[in-house]
Amino acid sequence: MSAEVEIPYAVKPHPVTGLFNGKFGIWLFLASEVMLFGALFSTYVLLRVGAEAWPHGYSLLNVPLATLNTFVLILSSVTMVMAWASLKMGDFRKFRLNLGATILLAFVFLIVKSFEYGAKFEHHIHPATSTFYAIYFTLTGLHGLHVIGGILVNLYLLLPGSALWRTEPERFTNRIECAGLYWHFVDLVWIFLFPVLYLL
Amino acid sequence: MNTASAEEVRKHVRVYLMVFAALAVLTAVTVMVSYFHLPVHTAVIVALIIASVKGSLVAGYFMHLISEEKIIYWVLALTALFFIVLMLLPTFTSG
Repeated sequence: MSAEVEIPYAVKPHPVTGLFNGKFGIWLFLASEVMLFGALFSTYVLLRVGAEAWPHGYSLLNVPLATLNTFVLILSSVTMVMAWASLKMGDFRKFRLNLGATILLAFVFLIVKSFEYGAKFEHHIHPATSTFYAIYFTLTGLHGLHVIGGILVNLYLLLPGSALWRTEPERFTNRIECAGLYWHFVDLVWIFLFPVLYLL
Repeated sequence: MNTASAEEVRKHVRVYLMVFAALAVLTAVTVMVSYFHLPVHTAVIVALIIASVKGSLVAGYFMHLISEEKIIYWVLALTALFFIVLMLLPTFTSG
């Protein structure tokens, strides 16, 4: 038995699913993520419907900052998909620029978010302050952890992980596609979190 | 989207930029609507419709769902079913 065993279907589509294995795997993972965030959205609905009074998000939270963050995250989704498209067109330099921009925008999102959190903590507002803040901090906190996770994965793929491009370009392109699917999902969650928490 | 050629991808890039413009406009619209302070029921419906359109654009174009393998649709259909049950739980329990 040789020491190197080739991982099957990392590039070629699997005959049963029609997809390379990584992509099928990331979609199953995203399905589980839908249930994770879904459980918390359901909790939000239960708490809100059951509450005697519920504050308007816009009267307590900073809507302009959150709007800015929505634009930042949407833009980062565009640069992410452009990073993948650049590899498909064989332009590695453009890929680095786009993935670098994605990571930078993710940091901008976190910095803006930390300003929001900081302003709340300064006014002695914590998750324990009210039911609204409890679910607000839980949902945005979990989403923020996902942003940090995305930064780590993308940093790996930008720096040491990109060596794979020289030996197995197709496999590397597939990895970027998977990282992209995850990143777009993080954007998608925010697209729902933003109106639910801030605007209603 | 498994076997998109470089030429096809070039065409996609223009679509991605159009989707970006649509997402930006819809974000502005949903924020503007919130300043009207509509009655809660109307506000929830409007905000969720806009968010669903935005979400569909991201899933359809950035995540390539408009041209995917069948198995992903099946996985997502099953996920959607369980998600709906989750969302209805508050109604079942509040009776």
